[in-house]
Amino acid sequence: MSHQATTAEPGEIRAIIEAERHREGPLLPILHALQSRFGHIPEAALPLIADALRLTKAEVHGVVSFYHDFREAPAGRLTLKLCRAEACQATGANALAASVLDRFGLDWHGTTPDGAVTVEPVYCLGLCACGPAAMVGERLIGRADAARIDAALAEAGA
Amino acid sequence: MTEGKTAPMNIYLSCDSAAKSLGAEQVAKAITQEAEARGLSVDLIRTGSRGMVWLEPLVEIDRGAGRIAHGPVTPDMVPALLDGSAETLGPVDTIPFFARQTRLTFARCGITDPLSLTDYEAHGGLTGLRRALAMTAEQIVEEVRTSGLRGRGGAGFPTGIKWDTVRQAEADRKYIVCNADEGDSGTFADRMLMEGDPFTLIEGMAIAGLGTGATKGFVYIRSEYPDAIATMERAIRLAREAGWLGLDILGSGRTFDMEVRVGAGAYVCGEETSLLNSLEGKRGVVRAKPPLPALEGAFGRPTVVNNVISLATVPVIFEKGAQHYADFGLGRSLGTIPLQIAGNVKHGGLFETAFGMPLGDIVNDLGGGTASGRPVKAVQVGGPLGAYFAPHQFDTPFGYEEFDGAGGLIGHAGLVVFDDTADMRGMARFAMEFCAVESCGKCTPCRIGAVRGVETIDRIAAGDTGAVEILTDLCETMKDGSLCALGGFTPYPVMSALRLFPEEFGMKEAAE
Repeated sequence: MSHQATTAEPGEIRAIIEAERHREGPLLPILHALQSRFGHIPEAALPLIADALRLTKAEVHGVVSFYHDFREAPAGRLTLKLCRAEACQATGANALAASVLDRFGLDWHGTTPDGAVTVEPVYCLGLCACGPAAMVGERLIGRADAARIDAALAEAGA
Repeated sequence: MTEGKTAPMNIYLSCDSAAKSLGAEQVAKAITQEAEARGLSVDLIRTGSRGMVWLEPLVEIDRGAGRIAHGPVTPDMVPALLDGSAETLGPVDTIPFFARQTRLTFARCGITDPLSLTDYEAHGGLTGLRRALAMTAEQIVEEVRTSGLRGRGGAGFPTGIKWDTVRQAEADRKYIVCNADEGDSGTFADRMLMEGDPFTLIEGMAIAGLGTGATKGFVYIRSEYPDAIATMERAIRLAREAGWLGLDILGSGRTFDMEVRVGAGAYVCGEETSLLNSLEGKRGVVRAKPPLPALEGAFGRPTVVNNVISLATVPVIFEKGAQHYADFGLGRSLGTIPLQIAGNVKHGGLFETAFGMPLGDIVNDLGGGTASGRPVKAVQVGGPLGAYFAPHQFDTPFGYEEFDGAGGLIGHAGLVVFDDTADMRGMARFAMEFCAVESCGKCTPCRIGAVRGVETIDRIAAGDTGAVEILTDLCETMKDGSLCALGGFTPYPVMSALRLFPEEFGMKEAAE
């Protein structure tokens, strides 16, 4: 994994931590804010968070690594999420996922060599009455098929 | 006076994320453009969803004689819609799927603009909160108890009893935590409610605060629901600005405020104690009980943890009275339940009704059978930890005790329909795999058991039928030895699949 933490300046990280620190239970809000800014949780942020919240670096790392959302390295420019949960399986999600992964030559969590697309599994997007469900960037796709996913990817510039 | 085409027209279109996932934004754009090109005076109002997902995007046009439904609509149908020449489904409230519902919790959803304070009050909103403000905490709790409301998150614990424990606890601070970590596949009621009528959740939480002495609330929403997060955040801001929340709610001198917290993709955080750990900024591991969260919950203080639907049902109980609510339902399952009909089903969506409807009626009459047109093979009820039911069990009435008696659970009332192509051994394997991926790791039966479960099912798949006994034994251990419902209930889908479809596990007849 190539960490690109060099782009995250300690000053900016500190400012993000400060903005959320007043909350009760501020750690998850801080991590979300960092990930939204940098696309992952920069390694350099861990000691700064630990210091600000009076935790050990190991405790912060424990939280970051517990949650599926938090990444230790950036994803591709666009994330394609495919729902693997039961309601979507009932409407053909397994075959759809197999064909999408096969076409990109990826396994789950993989990123295309050009860094354009990362494919992630998701367990339910709440679109269970119109599955299979997918998400391209922020855009939800109900009754997803290869063509609709391709169109959304193209529209998002992937 | 003008008439016909030039009369002002109100057009209603859902902004629910299911509708958006099926093209509602493109339809909205087409309506705006076409109306502008024709110089028509059109008011496009974005509402929540009526819950008829198979008809989304559903467009309702009111030319002065009520809301006439069209759906599913594609952008190329828009000119005909504005001409009045498009095919119609008739008045939206005469569509049988909608007409047959008893909408109490979802009374406003799909009808009003979710973020309009005026709409909310005009449709009965705040009546419950005003009534609660005139009551003592004891009276508020008693009202909830009388209504018979039970936790809609799955466990079915009586809400009034939970509130009373928090009410009687002495503490400098207490909390109301709304569990909006709706991770169960086949369920979307929480999402639909938060996107379609967020103020009702706010009102319910404020009443919970008054009843228990809590002054701060958190809505813990899963990160997979970006639209619900955005809508709840906007609604809370609007409610605060209007004085519905804050230091002086509705001028009463009473205090209650709340904020949204976003989860981070951990299914187990739907379990109340891991949710509390997550809220506090810790790993979302399960806590052993006792202490009960009602006594030592968020930040060590007495805390009500209720599901979205439980809390969102509170306003209508106070608006119409506890007895009105309790008059619906059967046995000890009182009131209404928003059924979520999902998976391979023709008419998928949300149907709010009194408890007691037989499972088969839900699947076949409401759902219209499978979308594929093939026979129904199984229905998983209650999410990924719920049991599979086969058609011979379709007379089971939808209620907490009734489903328990049939070896299942209603959970959050999601139903996932599968046709006869479903691979039930594959589904059992998936249940174990999901448990392995999502286990918080605290207890061994769940952490290790789920991994062994996947391996054991693979052995069965390879022809080792002797492993069926091992799987059965493993499920017993997980059921009895796990700390929470994740490890404890994963055996439900696994064992029900094995019991109902033994031949798919290489057995000649029913196991056990």
